[in-house]
Amino acid sequence: MNKFGVIARFDSPESLVHAAEKVRNEGFTKFDCHSPFPIHGMDDAMGLERSKLGYLIGAMGLTGALFGFGLQTWIHSIEYPMNISGKPYFAYPAYAIITFELMVLFSAFGAVFGMMFFNRIPRFHHPVFYSEKFSDVSSDAFYISIEVDDPKYDENNVIDFLRNIGGTEIEVLSDEN
Amino acid sequence: MSVKSKAEIRAEKLLPGNQDFTSITEDIAGVPEQKKTPIQWWLLFGFSLSLLAIFVGSLGFLIWEGTGVWGINNPVFWGWAIINFVWWVGIGHAGTLISAILHLFRQNWRNAINRFAETMTLFAVICALVFPGIHVGRIWVAYWFLPLPNQMGMWPNMRSPLIWDFFAVFTYFTVSLLFWYTGLIPDLATLRDRAKGLKKKVYGFFALGWRGGNRQWQHYELAYLVLAGISTPLVLSVHSVVSSDFATSVIPGWHTTIFPPYFVAGAIYSGFGMVMTLSIIARKVYNLGHIITVEHLDKMAQIMLLTGCMVGYAYSMEFFVAWYSGNPYESFAFVNRALGPYWWGYWAMIFCNVVVPQFFWFEKYRRHIPFLFITSILVNIGMWFERFVIVVITLHRDFMPGAWAMYNPTIFDVSIYIGTFGLFFTGFLLFLRFLPMVSIAEAKLVLPESNPHHGHDHE
Repeated sequence: MNKFGVIARFDSPESLVHAAEKVRNEGFTKFDCHSPFPIHGMDDAMGLERSKLGYLIGAMGLTGALFGFGLQTWIHSIEYPMNISGKPYFAYPAYAIITFELMVLFSAFGAVFGMMFFNRIPRFHHPVFYSEKFSDVSSDAFYISIEVDDPKYDENNVIDFLRNIGGTEIEVLSDEN
Repeated sequence: MSVKSKAEIRAEKLLPGNQDFTSITEDIAGVPEQKKTPIQWWLLFGFSLSLLAIFVGSLGFLIWEGTGVWGINNPVFWGWAIINFVWWVGIGHAGTLISAILHLFRQNWRNAINRFAETMTLFAVICALVFPGIHVGRIWVAYWFLPLPNQMGMWPNMRSPLIWDFFAVFTYFTVSLLFWYTGLIPDLATLRDRAKGLKKKVYGFFALGWRGGNRQWQHYELAYLVLAGISTPLVLSVHSVVSSDFATSVIPGWHTTIFPPYFVAGAIYSGFGMVMTLSIIARKVYNLGHIITVEHLDKMAQIMLLTGCMVGYAYSMEFFVAWYSGNPYESFAFVNRALGPYWWGYWAMIFCNVVVPQFFWFEKYRRHIPFLFITSILVNIGMWFERFVIVVITLHRDFMPGAWAMYNPTIFDVSIYIGTFGLFFTGFLLFLRFLPMVSIAEAKLVLPESNPHHGHDHE
């Protein structure tokens, strides 16, 4: 049985944000705040840096555009130049549409699959799922989890600390396998 | 705090009755969790399945016999297949407008209808994609649309608007599907956490192990924002490209530069009509009047008024330019629309698309639900006639009177069109039964207490 860490429940988005600030100020780094919806200002409260996903999406969009333009140029100028109603072989204004569409298509794949990659999902087994009450987090509950990997982790201190900042229903979770 | 903040007043209008996070989850997730499927659902589903059977049967016969079973002739080579294609794609556009453009403008009221509208987009685009596939006649070589290397050294002509159209609609479908699914992930997690047994496994599989941690929301929100950002120019491009199928030809009545914006406005207009029809039915059947409120319907009616006026402007501008150009063929094409043998199609379009939305200047009509229901259907009839006007009336009398002909649809034109409703509603009803029709996570963002600073927002 590997220990995962401690979870504590908070009663509103407001108290979760305040608690997150305190957890961060205490010096914890391996912690997360779980909520049914994204909370405005939480990234700052937790001290998270801006997501790097945008760079990946940008790179994917550029790849898509280059691929789209390259594909059309290659087909009509190199692979099989064919005269169709007198249109030029390298008709670059006509290539704008498909270039744009493939840029959008590749960016969308970048956004969705990149999001999954950064979030490390799909991941169907996670210690938080072993808590009965934690499942309310997808409806109306707000939780903070502090992981055992955190350098400042000391179980009794963490439990006391979470209780002091207003956490309730504190549980120590471990991986059951 | 005795004085209500702006956010609270807004929330009261959009989510009336004291609602909290729990009640929103219960109300929305409660629908797919119903033990007993409502009888109205079964009736509608049975009806849709019969239409779907008609669709499959007619499609089978069409593929067996060829496109000669349709009423298309020389000169009307494009008949109902293209009308229906443009009509269905147009309907899809409102879904993307609601989910993407209104998200970028931070119009929170869209949170109650965006899931609904996105689903409508998905099935509408599926219905639309059927038509280009079948109108080529030899459906077994429809994959020639794709730039696939082959032993004949044959490639699609990338300089043709018809191929642009294929890429645009295909991209549109894929991006809409990704957008829809991304929005669903947190809600699937909600359903997973409330379900038991096999259902929990199925919902859990699609929820991808979502834990709602802010480290996940952070990337999720950025991905969602970017999807909204790229869907916005995408949706504007799709109907513009559809319009260039027409506008890049030299047929009088088609060869105009006004087509792209005019098609986009019409698409949004018809799409809002369809969202309105569907949401009025769904809020009635599932008693969700407190989540999809009259306030939402009012706002949709305002957008229909705006886009209805835009298409009205386009109709009159087309006439003006036809006269002002001094081109006799161009002028004739437009006089023929209004006064030719198909005058009834033109005036049906004018009535439904220009006259009917004028009622929406008045709040009384924007909030009158039976009136909205009837007008939302009229809007879509009008938009179907718009495409009829563009496709059939333009083609049936072109340059040479010797080449003129009348166009008569056959039973198979009708049955395939009616059949796509079976495809659309079967898909849509299955969605209503098994998935949350309102975004649970986003609906909660309308509540003032979802904002951690709501206690002191008087700034």
